Amino acid sequence: MRRFTLIAVPYLWLLVLFLVPFAIVFKISLSDTALAIPPYAPTLDLSSGWAGLRSFFAELDLENFWFLTTDDLYWKAYLSSLQIAALSTVFTLLVGYPIAYAMAQAEDAWRPTLMMLVILPFWTSFLIRVYSWIGILSNEGFLNQFLIWSGLISEPLIILNTNTAVYIGIVYTYLPFMILPIYAALEKLDSSLLEAAEDLGCSRLTAFWLVTIPLSKQGIIAGCFLVFIPALGEFVIPSLLGGSQTLMIGKVLFEEFFSNRDWPVASAVAVILLLILIIPIVLFQRNEQKQREAEGQ
Amino acid sequence: MAQTVFAPWENADEKPLIQFKNVTKRFGDFVAIDNLTQDIYAREFFALLGPSGCGKTTMMRMLAGFETPTEGQILIAGQDMAGVPPNKRAVNMMFQSYALFPHLTVADNIAFGLKREGKAGAELDARVEEMLRLTRLTKFAKRKPHQISGGQRQRVALARALAKAPKLLLLDEPLGALDKKLRQDTQFELMDIQEKTGTTFVIVTHDQEEAMTVASRVAVMDEGQIIQVATPADIYERPNSVYVADFIGDVNILHGHASRNADGYDIAYGEGKPALHAKTTTNLGESGKCALAIRPEKISITAQKPAKVTNAIKGKIIDIAYLGNLSTYHVEIEGGQMIKAQTANTTRLERRSFTWEDTVWLSWTDTAAIVLEG
Ligand SMILES: Nc1ncnc2c1ncn2[C@@H]1O[C@H](COP(=O)(O)OP(=O)(O)OP(=O)(O)O)[C@@H](O)[C@H]1O
Ligand SMILES: [Mg+2]
Repeated sequence: MRRFTLIAVPYLWLLVLFLVPFAIVFKISLSDTALAIPPYAPTLDLSSGWAGLRSFFAELDLENFWFLTTDDLYWKAYLSSLQIAALSTVFTLLVGYPIAYAMAQAEDAWRPTLMMLVILPFWTSFLIRVYSWIGILSNEGFLNQFLIWSGLISEPLIILNTNTAVYIGIVYTYLPFMILPIYAALEKLDSSLLEAAEDLGCSRLTAFWLVTIPLSKQGIIAGCFLVFIPALGEFVIPSLLGGSQTLMIGKVLFEEFFSNRDWPVASAVAVILLLILIIPIVLFQRNEQKQREAEGQ
Repeated sequence: MAQTVFAPWENADEKPLIQFKNVTKRFGDFVAIDNLTQDIYAREFFALLGPSGCGKTTMMRMLAGFETPTEGQILIAGQDMAGVPPNKRAVNMMFQSYALFPHLTVADNIAFGLKREGKAGAELDARVEEMLRLTRLTKFAKRKPHQISGGQRQRVALARALAKAPKLLLLDEPLGALDKKLRQDTQFELMDIQEKTGTTFVIVTHDQEEAMTVASRVAVMDEGQIIQVATPADIYERPNSVYVADFIGDVNILHGHASRNADGYDIAYGEGKPALHAKTTTNLGESGKCALAIRPEKISITAQKPAKVTNAIKGKIIDIAYLGNLSTYHVEIEGGQMIKAQTANTTRLERRSFTWEDTVWLSWTDTAAIVLEG
């Protein structure tokens, strides 16, 4: 009984917070737009009994999914999102790993402070932080002012409203998600392993490559997923920092939903996005499990 | 003495492989190694013995290059090691904590150092195979370190350090986690390897028997200093201090006052008790305060006071510890001090001649006891 309750809690959680909303979205994606509230048809009317239920199901179809294939906007948006998410994950890793490494090397007394500094940005609204990047990156922004003042450039760099700005925004926003799991892995690393590697003939650099990197692999994988998954559906950053040519599926979804008020197509976009995400999510879960097993010893 | 005796430290022409010259190591203001000077010769099996925290691992780490001496110099093969990184030293160390790579299999752990020196293919496989066989790990070659037992892990660490066949091998408690049988077998393997390859071993151990079995010389350490360095037999038979006598093996210490008499000293160890006599070449200082160290197995235990024996003390048996092949009698002598005497159990247990509360005589010859300052 106790065992059952323990298992039931996470499943109930999953059911209420994931499966039910997903079922609703999925149902909408099978519906048609309508000038009504809510703006789609059919809606489930249980008062008319069996017949009502049957006609309800009869009206559902895959039309919206079919529609997504007819306009190349959608698959281009998916592809471009995948590309932007993947590239920014790589950039985040390149920036995040050295930071995590430095934190793990720092003296014990410093670590809580450094950890605090990494988490601190979360205390301000995400939206405000992204907005403030506009002030930094725009043509008259701080960055250009500084570069012109220092004489490095004479014309302002055009960064805002380009994909570069989106990359900067994503790397900045998701950096803590990359740093924390890598730091957790590096902190556990036994320094005598590096000594053993050196003793057996490795230079510092080879020891890093052959011991530190493999032993922080789980942290790297976790961090990459934690950045890649939300970045793929990112909407705020591309719409605030990106330009008209920045194509991301989150933006498309938002426009279908709010500008076109086409809930069914928006839902279909969301369902496909979820299906794409399921692959990395499952891989991520597997990685977590493997890590638990390895630690379980 | 026969010519085959291995004793390079007695030969003034011999160049030591390792030289500690006034080495001091401090961690903050804590002195871990205290002005230590010591030579270790090629092909030696040098054992470091000492209580926990006396600086054994620190000495090893300085040799391997993980710590730099605060003061003084370390030379290996005549070359000053200051500034030479660990990977540039022909030294391999087996870590007290094993430091096995958790992401590599047993075989890959052993192969790690070999690959760094460019070995590959059949040559590499053969060497790894040989090491696996030597440490009896062949069955576990494919497992990860967390999938094997503590003793097996220790053997992997040993195999990994041995694999590169370095000139100098540092083993920090290499056999502590093994059962007695396997430990003895491995000790003989190590001695065998040493004989075949001529490798110099410096080994830390908490097991005196092990030090006695394998070592060419034993160094007894205390608080960052080496108290005595000598062959196992000398350390046991001729300790230079109460500390060493007490640290190596079982010993009875009788404190007393010594006065010169003929070829040794007469030692008064208590009011109104007859003096004990010990032959010695040691010269005690003016004060005459001394400690007499007597090993339990050198004391005979009899029911009657033996005739014509130099030293005899009467006492009462308080406790008997049966150790299988030996029995240790704890005998209380006049004045309350407890003396341990050991006899071989040549007869069966039921036919033991003494039992609890028996009054007995303890006796030893004038060469059995060691006169020490104290
Ligand atoms: N990095 C360090 N910082 C501060 N103190 C240290 C450090 N390393 C060792 N010590 C201290 O130096 C002393 C000697 O340590 P060491 O590890 O050499 O002892 P050991 O003889 O190997 O002991 P054991 O038999 O328990 O392994 C200990 O008191 C230890 O606390
Ligand atoms: Mg130690």
